[in-house]
Formats: sequence, C-alpha cells, structure tokens
Amino acid sequence: MTGVLEKPAAAELKVVGTRPIRPDGVDKVTGRAQYGADYVMPGMLFGRIKRSPHAHARIVSIDTKKARALAGVKAVITAADLPNLASEEYEAGEGGGDLRDLSLNVMARGKALYEGHAVAAVAAISPVIAEAALDLIEVKYEPLPHVIDVEAAMAPDAPVLHERMFTQGLPEASSKPSNISRVNKLGRGDLEAGFAEADVVVEGRYVTKGVHQGYIEPHACLASFSEDGQSTVWSSSQGQFMVRTYCSKLLDLEAANIRVIPAEIGGGFGGKTTVYLEPLALALSRLSGRPVKMVMSREEVFRATGPTSGAVIEVKLGAKRDGTITAADIVLKYQAGAFAGSPVGAGSMTAMACYNIPNVAITGYDVVTNTPKVAAYRAPGAPISAFGVESAIDELALKLEMDPIDIRVKNGVASGMQAVYGPTYNSIAYLDTLEAIRKSEHYAAPLGPNQGRGLAVGFWFNIGGESSGAVHINDDGSAVVVTANPDIGGSRASMAMMAAEVLGLPVEQVRPVVGDTTAIGFSGLTGGSRVTFATGMAVTRAAEKVVEDLRRRAALTWDTAVENVAWENGQAVCLDPAKDVKPLTLKQLAARSGRTGGPISGEVSLTAQGAGPGFAVHLCDVEIDRETGHVKIVRYTAAQDVGRAIHPSYVEGQIQGGVAQGVGWALNEEYIYDKDGRMENPGFLDYRVPVASDLPMIDAIMIETAPNPRHPFGAKGVGEVPIVPPLAAVANAVRSALGVRFHELPMSPPKIRAALDAQG
Amino acid sequence: MSKTHVTTVVNDDPVEFLTDPSTTLLDALRDHLGLTGAKEGCGSGDCGACSVIVDGRLVCACLMLAPEAEGRRIETIEGMAQGGALHPLQQKFLEHAALQCGFCTPGILVAAKALLAENPDPSETEVRYYLAGNLCRCTGYDKVVRAVMDAAADLRQVRRA
Amino acid sequence: MPELDFVAPTTVEDAVRALAAAGGGGRPLGGGTDLLVQMKSGRARPKAIVDLKRIPGMIGIREEGGGFSIGAATPGALLGEHTALAAAWPGVVEGANLIGSTQIQGRATLAGNLCNASPAADSVPAMVAAGATAVVVGSKGRREVPVEQVPTGPGSTSLAPDEFVAEIKLPARPPHAADAYLRLIPRTEMDIAVVGAGVNLTLDAGGTITDARVALGAVAPTVILVPDAAKAIIGTKLDEAALAALDAAARAAAKPIDDKRGTVDYRIKIAGVLARRAAGIAYERAKAR
Repeated sequence: MTGVLEKPAAAELKVVGTRPIRPDGVDKVTGRAQYGADYVMPGMLFGRIKRSPHAHARIVSIDTKKARALAGVKAVITAADLPNLASEEYEAGEGGGDLRDLSLNVMARGKALYEGHAVAAVAAISPVIAEAALDLIEVKYEPLPHVIDVEAAMAPDAPVLHERMFTQGLPEASSKPSNISRVNKLGRGDLEAGFAEADVVVEGRYVTKGVHQGYIEPHACLASFSEDGQSTVWSSSQGQFMVRTYCSKLLDLEAANIRVIPAEIGGGFGGKTTVYLEPLALALSRLSGRPVKMVMSREEVFRATGPTSGAVIEVKLGAKRDGTITAADIVLKYQAGAFAGSPVGAGSMTAMACYNIPNVAITGYDVVTNTPKVAAYRAPGAPISAFGVESAIDELALKLEMDPIDIRVKNGVASGMQAVYGPTYNSIAYLDTLEAIRKSEHYAAPLGPNQGRGLAVGFWFNIGGESSGAVHINDDGSAVVVTANPDIGGSRASMAMMAAEVLGLPVEQVRPVVGDTTAIGFSGLTGGSRVTFATGMAVTRAAEKVVEDLRRRAALTWDTAVENVAWENGQAVCLDPAKDVKPLTLKQLAARSGRTGGPISGEVSLTAQGAGPGFAVHLCDVEIDRETGHVKIVRYTAAQDVGRAIHPSYVEGQIQGGVAQGVGWALNEEYIYDKDGRMENPGFLDYRVPVASDLPMIDAIMIETAPNPRHPFGAKGVGEVPIVPPLAAVANAVRSALGVRFHELPMSPPKIRAALDAQG
Repeated sequence: MSKTHVTTVVNDDPVEFLTDPSTTLLDALRDHLGLTGAKEGCGSGDCGACSVIVDGRLVCACLMLAPEAEGRRIETIEGMAQGGALHPLQQKFLEHAALQCGFCTPGILVAAKALLAENPDPSETEVRYYLAGNLCRCTGYDKVVRAVMDAAADLRQVRRA
Repeated sequence: MPELDFVAPTTVEDAVRALAAAGGGGRPLGGGTDLLVQMKSGRARPKAIVDLKRIPGMIGIREEGGGFSIGAATPGALLGEHTALAAAWPGVVEGANLIGSTQIQGRATLAGNLCNASPAADSVPAMVAAGATAVVVGSKGRREVPVEQVPTGPGSTSLAPDEFVAEIKLPARPPHAADAYLRLIPRTEMDIAVVGAGVNLTLDAGGTITDARVALGAVAPTVILVPDAAKAIIGTKLDEAALAALDAAARAAAKPIDDKRGTVDYRIKIAGVLARRAAGIAYERAKAR
C-alpha cells in the first residue's frame, strides 16, 4: 500500500478481521488489572455521602458541627462549600446538559429531588468513622409531595420540581411552571393525507419502566489535591477528559491543573459518561489535604445514579392492503429524572429510521420526575421507542397477514433515501441484514409446543467526534499506540490491529496504551459506539503519518525521491530502477532513526464524521409455561450491519451483550417504587438482570456488504444498536406463543399469568 | 476496639494479618493483603465478583468475616496462574474473547475452576447453572460458557495423557 | 459495622455461655449468608458473633436410628454430596440446593435458613413436609421441636436469646416414601421464591398414598403445613380428581401478600400449581423406592 490509504478489500487485510488475543487480556484474567477501587495512596481518607431519604423535600438546614468534631473526620462538605453555578449548556459526550443541573445533581442545593440525592459528604480516616460521621450530620427536611410516573408528572396539578421550568418548544411561551421541560417535534409529509390513504390502521399505547445500566463495578475514584494546586484523579469512567472538564467546571478549577488517569472500567454502557464522585472527592481532598477514595455501594448505585427513562409510547400506523405504510403518528413521553435531559430526542429520531414512510409525525416530551437524573444507557432512548414501533409493526403485519420480514423489506430504507430525521443514507446494508435473517436456519426451524417467535429491527446513529491517537516506534521496531479512550469492550485490541495493518507489523508487536489527560490530545469519551470508528480513524491516520515518515527516511538512506519508495508488508521497498538495494524493515529503520531525523512517531487529533449508522434485525424464540407465566428464551439470532468487523470476536461480544441487556429489560428488570417514592429493589437480588442460566447461546451474524466509506477499514459503530430490537423481539415472541400482546414491560410471570387468565 | 489476629493460607502461602472482627474476608484480602483481584460488585452475595475458594469450596468472600479464615486454605484469582503459565481456563477465556470489561472475570474464573474440579465434563446447562451466581453484564455469557467447556475438554485430555 | 466481638468456641456449652453473656446482643454464626447481609444493611447490629463451625459435629451428617442428624453448620453443598441423604430426602436436599447460588450453597445451612424465618425460605417447606425436628440448645438445656415451631413470623423465632439450633433431624423412612420441593422464581436462579411447595408422600405397595404432608412457602407469614391438602390425596393414586382437590386445598390455605415479588392473586394460583407438580414428582420418586 502506498500513499493515501485506499480502502483495502477484505482479502488483502492481514490483521484487521482476525481474532488475536487482546493485549490487556492477561492482566484481566489474572486479577492484576486495576479498577477504580483498587488504587491506594499513603494517608488516604475514605469518603462517604449522606443522601436524602425523601423523594422530594426542601432542605431547611444542614448542621455538620457534630460530624466535623468526630475524631478521625478530616473534612465535611455540603453545597455551601461548592461553587453556585449559573446555568450553562455544555457538551462533553453523548449529548450534553446544563452544568448547573449537573452540579446540583452531584450535591443538592436547597432541595432534594429524589431519594438518594446527595446532600453532604465526609472524608475520614476509616470507612467506619466516615459512616458514623454521616449519622451525626443533622439535616432538617420539609418533605414535599412527589411524582414518579411520567404521565402523572405531566398532569397540570402535579407537584412541580423546578419553579423556573417552563416548557420549551410550545407554539406559545408558557409562564406556568411545569415538569415538562421541552416538547420536540419532528416529521415530514402530510399525516392526515397519509391516514386517509390507509386501508388499515393500528393504534397502541406502550409503557416501559426505568431500568439501570447494571454495570457490575460500582462507581469508584481516588482524588489527590496537592498543596501547589495540582491534582490527580484516578477514576473508572468512560472518559478521562470528560471527568477533567466536569471537575474543573463544578469546582471552578483550571482544567490543565487536573490530571485524570483512567482506571480500568468495570462496565459503563453510558452510565459512566458523567460524574458523581470525582468532584466531591477532589473537594474533600482539597479541604483535608489528603487523598480521598470514594467507592459507591451497590445500593447507592441504584438509588443515586442514572437509570434510563421509564416511558409511554403511543403509536398509530396506517398502511395500504399491500403493506405500504402510509402514515405514522408517534407520541413519546420520557422520564428525565430530577433534571431535564431524557433521551426522548434520540428516541424520536430513531423511532422510524428503518422505514421509508412519507408522512410521519413524532412528538417527544421530556418530563422531570422525582427519580435519579437519567444517564445514557446504550443507544439512549432508542430501545424504548423501538419497543412501541416494532410491536405496532408486528400488529400491522398480523392484520395484513404479511410475513414480518416482507413488510419491513417493503418499507425498508436503502442507500440514497432520506432518513426521517434528516440525513441521506449512504452505504447501508439494512435490506441485506433482513435477508440474512430470512435465510437463517433459525427462521426456518419449526416451533415446539408453547413456543413463539418474534422479529424486530433497530437503528442507532453512532457518532464520530473528537479523538486523538499517537503512534511511536520503539528502537526494536515495535510500536506503541496511545489513545485516551477507556477500553470498555476490547477497543485496545482494535487500535493495535488497525495500526499493525497500516504499519505491516504483526499485531503482537503493537502495544496499545490508554493514556491520561496529560499524555495525548483531547479525546471525547468512550461511548456512542465511536471508539473503533473515530479513535480508530485517528490511530490509522497517525500510523499513516508514521509510514510517510518511514518512506521519507528510506528515501534519504537510498538517496532517492520519496515517490520511489513504497511501503509493503512492514518494509520500505525501493522502486527506483537505478538503485539496487534491499528493502529496509521497520526494525532497521528504527535502529538508525537517530541518523534520519530522530524518534519516529505520529500524532493525529481529528473530529471524525460519517460514523455510519447501525441496523440490526433480531429473531427470538420463547417458550412459556402457561400455568406459571415463566418465559424461557430458547433461541436468539441477531444480525447486524457492521460495515467491517475489525476484531470479529469483540463485535460478536457487543451484539451478545446488548441482546442480554435487552432480554432483561423485556422480562424482569424495573425500578420498583413504594408510595413514598423510595426504591424497593436497590440490589441485584430484586433488580433482576439475566444470569447465565437464563439465556441460550446468542448467534450473531455480521453483515459486511456495505463497508463504511468514511472509515479507513470500513468499520461502522457496533456497540449500541444490539440493545434496540430485543424488547420488541421478545414481546412479539410472547405474543406469538400466547396470542396476547403485552403493551407493558417487564413481562414478568405474574403479568403473563394474569393476561392469560383474562383471556379466559 | 482491639483487632483480631488471623493466621491463614492464601494461594499456598502462609499469611497473617490483624483485622477488625467485623471486616469481611473480601476486604481483608483486598485491603490487608493487597489482593485486589476479588471485587466487590454488590456486597450481598448476589453477583459473585468476590468469589474465592475456601477449603475447596466456592464461596462469596463478601459473606465471610475475616476471622473465619483462621486456619483455612484460601484460593483466589491471583493463585490461578502458576509459575508464569496461565491456567487453561485463563487461556481459553482469552482465546474465546470471554471477557469485555473484565470486572466479573476473576470471580467467574475462580467459579469455573471450582466447577471443573467437581465436574470435569459438564454439559452446557450444568455450566450455566453452576455459574448462575456470577453476574456478567457485558458478554451475555455465550463466550464465557464456550471458554469453560473448551477448557474442560483440554483438561480432560491432559488427565488422560 | 461497629464494635464487634468474635468468638469461635469448640464446645456447645461454651457457645451457649457466650450467647448468654452477650445478653441478647449475640448471634450464632453458621454460613453467615443471611447474617452478614443483614449486618451490612443495618437490619442486624450484633455486639457478639458466636461462630459454631469449630464445634465438632456442627458440620457433618450422621445416620442414626434410620434417619439423619445434620449439624447446624453443615452447608447445603454437603447435603447434595451425601448419597444416602439425597436418596432418602431428595426434596429437602433440592430445597437447600436452590438457595442462592453455588457460592451461597457452599456456606448456607438448613438451620440458618430455618432461623432466618423468611416465609420464602427454600429449605423450610420440604423440612416441614418431612416432619423434621430441630434440636435447640440453651442455658435451660436441650429440647427437640418440630421445625415448623421455630419461625413465628417474618424474621422472628421462638428461640430465647441464648438459644440456637444445634442439629436438624430427619426421621427414618418407610419404603415407598419420597419428597419433592418446587418453587416459582422469575429467572432460572438467584431469586427468592415467589411461592414454594414441599410435598412428602408415603405409598403402599400398590401405589396408593397412605400418608402425605404438604407445606407451602411465601404464602403466609411463616411456612404453613396444609392438612387439607394432604387429606385431598391420601387414599388416592394421585389421579386427576385428587390433583384438582389438592390444587384447591393449597389455594384455599394460601394467605399471601402483594409485594415486589408477586401479587396475592398470582401467589394463590401458583400455590395450587406447585403443590400439584411437587406431589407428582414425589409420587414418581416414591413409586421407584
């Protein structure tokens, strides 16, 4: 390969597309890898947070005198010790938010807005003393009426969370405080005309509950503020630059003085794209003059960190008898939690993205409720709207007596069509993905007694964004790749593979490193299915820069023009017929780098665009015990348009993991609240994520017929779309088995049994 | 509050430490002995991330008090690789890509080791039920189960040889 | 967790003395799978823990008088590995081996499960159906009581502060007798039973049920023995009519609550379903013995 990298055909690739062992794997299987709670520093204190027991209350007073006097307590803070920020929109990751809201979420000011809301924090010489100090903090609350259900929160007489929240997006500005922060509308065409054309109309109302990302590692960090104003934070997060930015804004500190070192992260799924502990740990460290470690308990994770929205989805579809869908009218109402910012926008944009329908109207309501502020959860907003839409399409297919794949092919999007949310699709393989399921063994397999089969599709945009990558060549001709994206799914391996492919090195000779905020240029966080795409692009371009440099050095050595030097299989090859020289290997060039210009390295910072959306088609078989209502997943096949799988095992892993989360969401996971707005199930006993015996093998089919033209190797984002179809795939399978459609999730056994009994 | 002195064996090494009696074995391993491989995912025995083997039995370290370790033999993830070589289970997990974030991995490996010691030829169902106490949120368990069964096959061959 | 005394006596008498000395603030420790969870949540705040596991005989299963005597600190995993016990009392063993996970079963005990007094305890319905007894020791001496007399309500027992269960005893088995335990949980493992049913049957040589005990869990403040359910099947070969009568009797006896795990209506229906199914399994097992 010479000059600018052209997209190689799959057969030419030597590393990309293979399945090497991930470079950080040995540390992870031996227990050596260090996660946020594994760090220690001499003199370290232990931080703990006092949390509101009320779902909604005015904080009348906080007295920390006794806590501060307890022997062993070194610092106590409340909102009074933190900057009182003005409202400011900020973009730091997957969507942004308001900085004031973020700071109020990290530490309540004036009002507790959910059970578990932080109201004070302490640092002490032992966890036992820190806990005792919490008990000594006297907080006087004035409990207020609370509201949790999204439609209850929208009612005109609902208890209001924010006196200065007036609904945005209305045709006329409102001056009445509301829990509806915003109404979004998107659409095209003429809805009335569309429904007038329809021979058949289906209408349905669907409900989902709040669910948590469920990462096994609770939030954890260690912060150390030095006497010279420099600070260091070790943190399990999805982005060390994001942590740095938020800490600097929330504490009014210069970002350059905060060094954030990424710990290994034990799962994120979007839930760690924000901060809860780091600003508090830093503030406590500054006050006490000692490092402060803060680790959440599992209960705190559930009570006080972002789940995703519970929601109501209303879908009305109109279609002609031949299956052409003529109109879609969708209303989405999403819980935002205590502060504005649910993913209803993304839910609106993705809802009909697989369908080429001329007349669409999608209305989205962002509604605050007395529950923890929602955080991103893998394709935020999309699984919810897809549940409603894919159930409705299933209903439509039944009414029209059409095969579920046929109706989706008939209305399916292809390259060149305009998405409902705006852009024109380019190089997508959605129809190929549908065909792959149609041709699969699973689709043809017969069903047994009490079994049912469901199909559903899903879409996610995937983002690009800012990334940096650097490639350094060592003296021995091996390479180091530095990026700043925490590795949550095996991305280190992909970075090494892409660099190895460009350099022509075996992948074992490329060591990937995730650097801290001082080691590399700015990188957006790990999320949005962007790392293999955007950071991969930066790494590839950095490796290309190195190859350019290597060619230049070879040319110098051979005293020929750089145009006469090609880079092939890890060597510089001389094309000049006048020279009779042997190729120079990377190792040889590295050994003499001092004579050809010094150390060999390349660094690239870019803003990647054109991430390539993800399309998924899922097929699910269930078996139901009609007497107990127990649902068993007996078979699951997930096909996905991946562009090109850089490391197929890790792409499969993303697909299988997303499916498992979706199955849990469909069958058993939900936030359960008592009448006082307190969460009843803040633990893994009663917040029921799938266990190993709940699932079968999950077959993943990767479609690579439409490589992403914007990525050097054709990769599209893959991590998020797998969670979008399962909710409806499982619900449609249950309908197929029982003849009863569930409009509400989760479909737990008591609900299934009740529906069967009602059916008679 | 006076501390309790505990003498125990961890990964074949004799160790001693002082601890508050109310400290769990998990916290003692992590904080007193620096063995941070076992993780706290829930603190209530529901996730298995803290799995260790005590006197040959698979248990959750978060549900044992440190003084209970007196005179016992404890095996943690740190003892699985021997003399610079990975245990076949560890090797198979890498080959099968049976880990993503890796947080549950030490617990699952210890549990799988206990499984294969009891049952060298488990069926897929037996593997899944035995490991039901080890939550994984990343992988959907597919590659974990494949890795365990592949390692079991390898270990049976080694035994036959 | 605040100040705590931890002692590991080597005799029953020393254990009783230590509990008595703690004046109500002491707790015996077997597997710890309930106690430690409650200490962390603050529901239990003991001042002293008396570890029973160093007392000879506390961990182990003895065959005596045709029946079995199980030390109070014997983990569920050991029960499953004991061939004779698993053959004679498969229902008791499967109940114990459904508690939690493999890790929990490496520690959790029958005695602890009983004394934690959760109405949903997995090992208790089968123990009650089996006619198991608990040997209770304390400063006033030793007594043996039917296990169903130990729990008095959710989280409370009839034991005095200085008493603990030292053994669980299972009676001798006549021929053609077997038991079974079933529970309903939303997932396939790891959940607390929404409903549990333990059935113990004795048949004559012709396959007619001559004796039966049916116990239900999670449908009342304690596990309940349902004599009407037993009457419905005694004298029958568990035909459809008998099963229907069993189902109805189980439903009639169930007095559950609505909670985060199940509704009243659901629990009542499932009590009938599980009683029928457990009886069917016990019947097949009994015929084979």
